[in-house]
Amino acid sequence: MNPVLKKAADAAQGVFLWADDRMHLTKLWESTAGHHVPKSAGSWFYVFGSATLVCFMVQLVTGIMLALVYVPSAAEAYQTLEYLTYQQDLGWFLRAVHYWGSDFMVGIMILHMTQVYLFGAYKYPREITWLSGLVLMVLTLGLAFTGQVMRFDEDAYWGLGIGAAIVGRVPFIGEQAVQMMLGGQIIASETLSRFFALHVFVLPGAVLAFVSLHLRMVLTKGINEYPQPGMLVRRETYDKEYAAIIKREGVPFFPKAISKDLVAASVVILGILACAVIFGPKGPSGPPDPTQIDTIPRPDFWFLWIFAIAALMPPEIETVALLVGPVIIGIILVALPFVNGTGEKSWRRRPVAVIIVLLTYTALGMLTYLGHASPWSPVMNAWSSATTPSAQILNRSPLELQGSVVLQLMQCRNCHAIDDIGGERGPSLSDVGTRLTKPQLVRQVVQGGGNMPAFGQSLNPYQLEAIVDYMATLRPPGIPAARDSTIPAVPDHKKKAATDS
Amino acid sequence: MNDEPQKPVTPSTEQPCACQGGDVPPKKTRRDFLFIVGLVLNVIAGAAMGIPLLGYVLSAFFKPATLDWVSLGAVDSFPEGETRFASFKNPVRREWDGATADIPCWVRRISGNDFQVFAINCAHLGCPVRWFQESKLFMCPCHGGIYYEDGERAAGPPPRGLYKYELKVANNELMIKAGLMPTLATPNV
Repeated sequence: MNPVLKKAADAAQGVFLWADDRMHLTKLWESTAGHHVPKSAGSWFYVFGSATLVCFMVQLVTGIMLALVYVPSAAEAYQTLEYLTYQQDLGWFLRAVHYWGSDFMVGIMILHMTQVYLFGAYKYPREITWLSGLVLMVLTLGLAFTGQVMRFDEDAYWGLGIGAAIVGRVPFIGEQAVQMMLGGQIIASETLSRFFALHVFVLPGAVLAFVSLHLRMVLTKGINEYPQPGMLVRRETYDKEYAAIIKREGVPFFPKAISKDLVAASVVILGILACAVIFGPKGPSGPPDPTQIDTIPRPDFWFLWIFAIAALMPPEIETVALLVGPVIIGIILVALPFVNGTGEKSWRRRPVAVIIVLLTYTALGMLTYLGHASPWSPVMNAWSSATTPSAQILNRSPLELQGSVVLQLMQCRNCHAIDDIGGERGPSLSDVGTRLTKPQLVRQVVQGGGNMPAFGQSLNPYQLEAIVDYMATLRPPGIPAARDSTIPAVPDHKKKAATDS
Repeated sequence: MNDEPQKPVTPSTEQPCACQGGDVPPKKTRRDFLFIVGLVLNVIAGAAMGIPLLGYVLSAFFKPATLDWVSLGAVDSFPEGETRFASFKNPVRREWDGATADIPCWVRRISGNDFQVFAINCAHLGCPVRWFQESKLFMCPCHGGIYYEDGERAAGPPPRGLYKYELKVANNELMIKAGLMPTLATPNV
């Protein structure tokens, strides 16, 4: 070897040995990255935890970048968002990465939780790992919600309004709790400062602390072995069995089990970047000016299911459900490792667990879709912009045509569609003539009912007659009009002919 | 320092830990005293630090809401028998509130000085309701809450009618008592 190189290598080794002696780096490395895990844990199913952490790292870095420009002031936040998006070099890209990083983080966290549940990883002796994971889930959702407020546009403003309205339902201390949340009596400057402090200091700090605990638990109690059907967890024997597995087939996490995590990490980062470049950042939508009420507030993707529940819940139980529901879910999740801490781990022998996961995914998926489609919301401009298909005005009498105009002007179509154009809050009117007779239509329009307001006060008798006459004509071709059961179905002359023969 | 002779090791179960292995039984020293003093001092320091912090964060729990009269404009700027959009500067505001200090509301002039002023916030979850003059209905874009022109609930999930502001007419101006975002906890703003 070249003597100069050899000298340099010796020097480098000397520096390393000195640092290792002072800081015990080798020991630290062996007991952390080098800790032994069951060979079976190096599975593609085990990458979601580290992938969530990768997302968090992306969020930390991009969040700090955004904070270099963003101003958390109610008067200026929106301006700085626009500056970031349209003027600051690569500002749009940073905003997009932070937005998609957040979506990826919540999504992958849910996959991680699902995997942990299906693989029985929460069972004895990993209760604390599960519990710290639950705290991390709450913190992550908190970050997603407060992050939505950082994008201080009209959706953020009214999202805070929805939050305050939910908190205002808390009994006894509702008023104080709302003021506590808003940092004042209305949504204003201190509200944004408060959410900024949560989003930037409190929640990320708490995540770091609980990630440390979460990982410490992985080192202390080991990563879950890949569960085999029929291998039951018993409190008395599990620790010995796990030690035997580590002894028999243990490999150091680094470099033997980390490879799939590494691949997953790069896939996640590239996925975030791809979404950021292709879809760009979200918003900001209109400015956070409450007097601009021409708005349709919607929460971000991961909260759409709650938005849907708020619409679909019967009003009588809504307050109880909004306030007690999360507590019940929390109790179930906290109790899980203690109630169901032993026995079968493999999902192949836990059909109930599989059904629970499928039902939860189906329910949340349906609710998210419904929250996105919001069929319960009136289409606020349908009355002025929805067209009437020609088939629904062809061959109508002048009075009926007047009725179609009244139907339009009375905002009926904000909630009722004709041929799929208009709101979906109420039933479609395309075939209303086959469902209701004229007297029934009069009653429904005048008195309302069945979640429809009464129009008796706003329609004059002429308008009422016109609108009812028109609606009675709304029938698919070939389908007869609805009829009253007290009126004979068969016209009298036919009946007469039948009896004559 | 420790001149006391060692106690003999006894198999007594009274003090199993202190006696096993021939350890010296615990004895109150100045160090122990100082430890107690240190603990007590830190509890005092913690309280002196923590109580003001809690007071700072929880001040909403001790302070009654402050409301104030604000003008919505001349009485005659609101035509009789109609409902109009209005907005006002929130009476409790900061210079850096920006547009968030502008609070909208709906003013219904029934006749003469007979008014109703409704909060913009739907009683369901606080979204901004919109007035439709032809059908004389307020509609909410979030979950489809519908109200009649007098603010009563007509349909949808709201548990009550629209929130109303306390109002008065002074010097021919319509005044409302404002300053609080209405929720079910504070329906009478």
